[in-house]
Amino acid sequence: MSEGSVPLSKSLWGGGGSPYRIGSKKLGMWFFIVSDSITFATMLLVYSYLRVSTEAWPTPFHLWPSIANATLMTIVLLGSSLTMVLAVNAAKQGKRSHVVRWVACTMLGGIIFDILHIKEWLEMIHEGVTLFHNPWGTSLFGASFFSLTGLHMTHVTVGVIYLGVIAVGTARGKFTSEDVEVSGLYWHFVDLVWMFIFPLVYLMSANLN
Amino acid sequence: MSSSTDHGHGSSRIYIWVWLWLVALTAVEIVLAFQALSVTVMLLLLISLSLVKAGLIISYFMHLKHETRGLKWSLIPPMVIVIVLMFGFFPDSLRILNLMP
Repeated sequence: MSEGSVPLSKSLWGGGGSPYRIGSKKLGMWFFIVSDSITFATMLLVYSYLRVSTEAWPTPFHLWPSIANATLMTIVLLGSSLTMVLAVNAAKQGKRSHVVRWVACTMLGGIIFDILHIKEWLEMIHEGVTLFHNPWGTSLFGASFFSLTGLHMTHVTVGVIYLGVIAVGTARGKFTSEDVEVSGLYWHFVDLVWMFIFPLVYLMSANLN
Repeated sequence: MSSSTDHGHGSSRIYIWVWLWLVALTAVEIVLAFQALSVTVMLLLLISLSLVKAGLIISYFMHLKHETRGLKWSLIPPMVIVIVLMFGFFPDSLRILNLMP
């Protein structure tokens, strides 16, 4: 149990208690995650809406290299979630050096994910896919693809910076295990969103040939 | 997994199992993507598998399984309702397709 918890009063309605039994930071992060998940759901719905209402939506993702690259990105992001869980575990046991090590592994996962993603973007831009033009004629493809994956990439990048602050602060003894746990919630959420972007954007546009 | 309300200190084995399941479900999704299925069936299968993966991440990695019932009910239903309401726009996308010359 985190430090932020307050013992329950006899009746929840009497006030002064903590009905959720979590700290305010963690509750704040949960509220942010709920609102952010609605943002991403809207983006995914817009993408799907455009796809359904367009007669010939491009399916440019071949098994090699696009799907293989996106699969590698998925595995890297899932792996970074596992190292984040181990960091939170170490934080609860008060093993500060372990926390720093696992958080650093998570950051490395995020950086590899970003590099693979940017490499893919550059290859697509090289093929002539931009926000408003692409070789297959449906200009909205580029706009929706880049805005959706770009928003996610921004989240990963912000997450890497956030985890960097957490790692340095933990090493200096500034942060409690709750702070590590809250940053973990954010990181798992970023991973979770990718679990929807990967099938909807990549696998649904996989080219069977 | 400890069944107590305590946050299950130190057992990283369960997390590794959950992680292996997530990787396995991802592999199933990739195999599915290259099957000759209709778009509707494919979409339903992929979304269902992704919802299972999301459930695993939220319950185990994000620890919601061990939070109070009040927190679960405060967070999940409002989010699901808002997202489901947005599906109300979808029939319109099919209408646009039919309007095309």
